[in-house]
Amino acid sequence: MRKPYYFLLVLSVLTLFTAYRFADTGYQVGDTASDFKLKNVNGQMVSLKDQKEAKGFIVTFTCNTCPYAKLYEDRLIQLHQKYAPKGYPVIAINPNDATASPGDSFAEMQQRAKSKKFPFVYLHDESQEIAKRYGATRTPHLYILTRNGQDLKVSYIGAIDDNSGDPEKVQKRYAEAALDNLLSGKAVPQPTTKAIGCTIKWRNNS
Amino acid sequence: MKYSASMFARRILLFCFLLVGLALNKPAAAQTRQVPLVKLAHLQKYLNSTSDTTYVINFWATWCKPCIEELPNFEAVQKQYAGQPVHVVLVSMDFAKDLEKKVIPFVTRRQLKSTAFLLDEPDQNAWIDTVDPSWSGAIPATLLVNNRRKQRIFLEKPLTLAQLQEHLTTKFSHNP
Repeated sequence: MRKPYYFLLVLSVLTLFTAYRFADTGYQVGDTASDFKLKNVNGQMVSLKDQKEAKGFIVTFTCNTCPYAKLYEDRLIQLHQKYAPKGYPVIAINPNDATASPGDSFAEMQQRAKSKKFPFVYLHDESQEIAKRYGATRTPHLYILTRNGQDLKVSYIGAIDDNSGDPEKVQKRYAEAALDNLLSGKAVPQPTTKAIGCTIKWRNNS
Repeated sequence: MKYSASMFARRILLFCFLLVGLALNKPAAAQTRQVPLVKLAHLQKYLNSTSDTTYVINFWATWCKPCIEELPNFEAVQKQYAGQPVHVVLVSMDFAKDLEKKVIPFVTRRQLKSTAFLLDEPDQNAWIDTVDPSWSGAIPATLLVNNRRKQRIFLEKPLTLAQLQEHLTTKFSHNP
């Protein structure tokens, strides 16, 4: 009777430890990203391993409500249209808690995907587990994953470009540069970038 | 004599009108706050200051709900530490094009008294790390820094007044 109890205790401590580690740091470039199964706006469950033809993914934590995320919607569509045929589709994930941010409910997500005619999947990270595991902190927050055998390697983390406010004034297309390099088998010269964004609206905001 | 008396009365009247006019005008003039548009060098003056002052540098934007909710806490801290070397600096992350139509009206309406400016540096990747390497770019974010005392705390989350006060009293030796 005692042995399983200790085993459970050790297991839960370990689980807690890893959960804290993920919550604290999340993925770094070079890490192996884990798969997930999240509900798309069309009601279907989506996971990365199902998409066998993809060379990788442009996993983007975004939402309906953040002005910065909205400013990037059209650019995200363009990114998908340009890179999905080359093997890198956009996987948009909304991690915001609908109680903290009612405009990010699943119904609102469906509405937004419809009105903007998203050509990519728009997934609901209802438990916020995936955002935590990835270490996403803001919207938009981009993770480019590259398939490496069975694994998915994190190849780029950061911003889409260097001017959220004005697409006309963009000078550095960070995400496109990363993708172009990955597609030609080269190393990504600037694998992490930063940008101002909206804090993810966590459940029971602490 | 008569002429000059009426002249005098007229002048008095004119003076009174002027006074009334000034009195009416003054609150309106005081209400419209100036929020300068600045470059990184301006922010760096605070980041790199070597005076024995604790700078409470808050990054916010008019479109950021949790930022707006915590702004009164920064105003309260600035008021509480009035006359002491604690200096609240509100750095707006709004777009430069929104300065006149959003930021200035907001700062004016909320009657914000703390130092405020709009940082016009669109390539955020180029400067976020200079504020703090641990900053992912999410706002609200706040840096408390006193370079003279080699004390700094960076917090990428909204802060309550109690949390702000606690940081200032326990981590920075300022006692109100």
